[in-house]
Amino acid sequence: MNELVLSNVPLWAVLVSLVAAGLILLLDKQPNIREAVTMVAAVIKFTLVLSMLPTVLAGGVVEATPLYIAKDIALQFRVDAFGLLFALLASGLWIVTSVYSIGYMRSLNYGHETGYFASFAVCLSAAMGIAMSGNLLTFFIFYEILTIATYPLVIHRRNSEAVIGGREYMVYLLVAGQVLLIAVAWAHYLAPGVGFTPGGFLADTGASLLALQILFVLFIIGVGVKAAIIPLHGWLPTAMVAPTPVSALLHAVAVVKAGAFAVVRVTGFVFGPELMAELQVGTILAWFAAVTIIFASLRALSEDHLKRRLAYSTVSQLSYVVLGAALATPAAILGAMFHIVAHAFMKITLFFCAGAIYATSHKEYISQLDGLGRKMPFTFGAFTVASLAITGMPLMIGFISKWNLGVGAVEAGQPVFIAVLVGSAILNTAYFFPIVYRAYFGKPQEEAAHAGQQAAHDHHGHYADHGEARPAMLYPLLITATMAFLLGILPNLGLHFWDLANMAVDEVVKGGLWLAGRG
Amino acid sequence: MNAHLPILIIVIPLVAGMLAPLLAFFSAPMARGVVLASALAVFAGSVAALLRVLEMGHPWSYYLAGWPPPWGIEYVIDPLSGVMVTLVSFFAVLALDFAGPYLAGRSAREKGAFYALFMLTAGGLLGMCATGDLFNLFVFLEICSLAAYALIAAGGRRSVVAALRYLIIGSVAACMYLLGIGYVYVMTGSLNMGDLTILLPPLLDSPAGILAVVLIATGLAIKTALFPLHGWLPDTYSYTPAPVLAFIAAITTKVSAYALYRIFYFVAETAGPVSATLEVLGWLAAAGILFGSLMAIAQRDFWRMLAYSSVGQVAYIVLGLAIGNSLALIGAVLHIISHAVVKGLLFFIAGSVKWQTGIRTIPEFIGMARHMPLTMGAFLVAAMSMIGLPPAIGFFSKWYLVLGAVEAGRWVFVAVLIISSLLTAVYFFRVIEFAYLKGKRPEDVPEAAVLPPKTGPELPARMLVPILVLSVGAVVLGILNEPLIQNVIQYALPWRLP
Repeated sequence: MNELVLSNVPLWAVLVSLVAAGLILLLDKQPNIREAVTMVAAVIKFTLVLSMLPTVLAGGVVEATPLYIAKDIALQFRVDAFGLLFALLASGLWIVTSVYSIGYMRSLNYGHETGYFASFAVCLSAAMGIAMSGNLLTFFIFYEILTIATYPLVIHRRNSEAVIGGREYMVYLLVAGQVLLIAVAWAHYLAPGVGFTPGGFLADTGASLLALQILFVLFIIGVGVKAAIIPLHGWLPTAMVAPTPVSALLHAVAVVKAGAFAVVRVTGFVFGPELMAELQVGTILAWFAAVTIIFASLRALSEDHLKRRLAYSTVSQLSYVVLGAALATPAAILGAMFHIVAHAFMKITLFFCAGAIYATSHKEYISQLDGLGRKMPFTFGAFTVASLAITGMPLMIGFISKWNLGVGAVEAGQPVFIAVLVGSAILNTAYFFPIVYRAYFGKPQEEAAHAGQQAAHDHHGHYADHGEARPAMLYPLLITATMAFLLGILPNLGLHFWDLANMAVDEVVKGGLWLAGRG
Repeated sequence: MNAHLPILIIVIPLVAGMLAPLLAFFSAPMARGVVLASALAVFAGSVAALLRVLEMGHPWSYYLAGWPPPWGIEYVIDPLSGVMVTLVSFFAVLALDFAGPYLAGRSAREKGAFYALFMLTAGGLLGMCATGDLFNLFVFLEICSLAAYALIAAGGRRSVVAALRYLIIGSVAACMYLLGIGYVYVMTGSLNMGDLTILLPPLLDSPAGILAVVLIATGLAIKTALFPLHGWLPDTYSYTPAPVLAFIAAITTKVSAYALYRIFYFVAETAGPVSATLEVLGWLAAAGILFGSLMAIAQRDFWRMLAYSSVGQVAYIVLGLAIGNSLALIGAVLHIISHAVVKGLLFFIAGSVKWQTGIRTIPEFIGMARHMPLTMGAFLVAAMSMIGLPPAIGFFSKWYLVLGAVEAGRWVFVAVLIISSLLTAVYFFRVIEFAYLKGKRPEDVPEAAVLPPKTGPELPARMLVPILVLSVGAVVLGILNEPLIQNVIQYALPWRLP
């Protein structure tokens, strides 16, 4: 049994950025102090989350129940290994992203940045809440807050493209939220007041198989939109109209990972591997994930807009997590959990690079990138590292999760999914390496422009003589790229992501065995 | 003094209302002061009465002039009516406060008339909540309705037509209710609610009983604006002066829903004709929820949009009554509070926007977020609550309704609640897009129509304070809904719950 530590640290970790959001709104007129608030809040939040690491590594669970949020249901924070993994990841990367944001927003001069930083802080609160919530209603509340708080970020540019993007985002996510609400209410009716339990808690509720199957579908639709499982993925490429730091942290780490995280929570901690096997829903979900992996990769191939290509790549990579959760064998779950970390580092680097390129040169299409690698060597170096990692090259972070997913597929007796993983790796190579190739070996466009299309590129003239990106953008992306490499060799480095994932898998598997033994 | 609280909270506003024109004749500020002070006193009295009842643990009966029922009239404060009178008196205070700038520049006579009618309306509503007598409820229903017709008619030429229409339909409703309790009186010989809890249930399953139930239900359903009997509401809400409207929209339909709840669940019991009637009302409510939301989407006028939204939201309460298990009833009572707070807030916002900029139609809202940032911030909170997004209170009332529907196996109602949330999101996001997205401008709106960023204070403090209080309240009540249920609402459930 886990040692239970009662402490309000999780609550403070959630609240710190909410308070920061309030301060940011008040400091509308003083941008420097406003940004300082963001940085301080990010550091405090990370420290708070980090302070729970020793307890959790020692096999403990940190729990806080500040109040009852509804009749018979507590607002419960319960930090287990899996929750801490996500919380550490999101809060750690928030620090890096905040630095990057400041550089990016000041390069581009959008104006009205107060709302941007405030919404960002609220998003992080919500992500912490999702990571650390101990029951479904608490989880749902933060899940919806995350949906709402992201909306102002998506429409940040306030042009018609952003409005349409925001609309599409809201339609997808609100519908999903309402579907999830039915699922949460139903689960609460079946098992009143039960929190997330490793190995699931719905097995002994006496509900019929059909009812549980429908419930599973409702849950997966509810969380699957954020996890962008095909056919629920449409909002993600559209949401790329948001400023790049938003795409980087929210559409590669916090928001979409909240969906992927939720898929694992639902499969591992609500239904549990045993019940999923009984319901025979895992394989179907796994096939949806497989289709998503392949289809989104193919779609990425034909996308010339850099951020949209990255978005489709995200859609594809998120389904690795879904695939692992659906196969539900120990290695597969381990791969799924670690891929949440792995993909975060890889994709945030790629987005940082895309943003740095855009802010420095105003180029957002891949066909414009010819020769840019020589002007921005560090940015493209980082891009290359992250691309290699995403394709799953050994010694890089992406390899670890893919390897475990592959082992998991064999364990589940469905080695066909290995073919999916391999196919995806090939496709990843096919859509990332042309970018790297163009950047380093392509003929710079400015020279080509002399050949006659001067007018078309005139508005880029201002950016013609640029070098590397600003330090505030460059350092963050170098840090995340380095991490993507180092964690590939030493997956436990610093934050013990690997140990946490292993512990979480043990809990799920043991919980399942315990249930099976009882049944 | 304290022993007479149940009658004082009704008499004070009635007396203040009658004094107001006289006082205004001498000095308008004095009339205003007296009216506001009496409203505050009633609010304090209501809170005190509610707290005392919760402490006592049983309903607080008050026999008017010492005559015990069935000869005299009984007033009963129990946790449910305590909540209702607190809600009514709270909104009376807010609306009076908000009305200050609205009335500036009106003649003393007009002010006096306004205060008189307003306090009569409030007194009537308070009486409806506190009475323990079916006929007395009718009397108070007429007091508040008649005063409300006159208040509504004060909004200008078109409001006169709306008020006349409301008067005709409202009188029909009151007649039906009166006829219904007439049958009850003939059957049982009593109109005291306490007596009827024993006398009425065995007699209900008779032709007269069925007729009584149906007539009472129809009368109150009209007053609640339950689809398809909602016809009076959109016009009325569109042309009423804003302070009155915020009060009426927040309170009157809810008090009628309360009367329905009181009579069907406390006086009668949910069996035989009552449960059949509730079933019908439930399906009407489900249709009304969808109809109201769809019609709200179709409106260009902000006020009319909110009016149709009310048609949908009030039906949530009736739906909760129709589902009828304890979770759904908790949801219904919580939604009475939730919708009162939020719809009151929204009409305060609509009124302030109109007062400050003259704008009513939604496409004109471009730039509003910069012109009136705090007001529109409050609007965001209200929109969240109406859509049912956590942590606003609207989410939690919906949560209990959904939970109740799931428990009862009423999946159609679950679907209706969920779909309604999404439709509500559609019409609120339209306003948000216009108000917040400065870059987007339809072709037919000239550049000059974009509101400039605000300079100076956006609203007089007396108008801004109610808006801010309610918007903070919507979130605080949401987060603290469990203590509210644990300490108050669970005692407002009928004792005969199946």
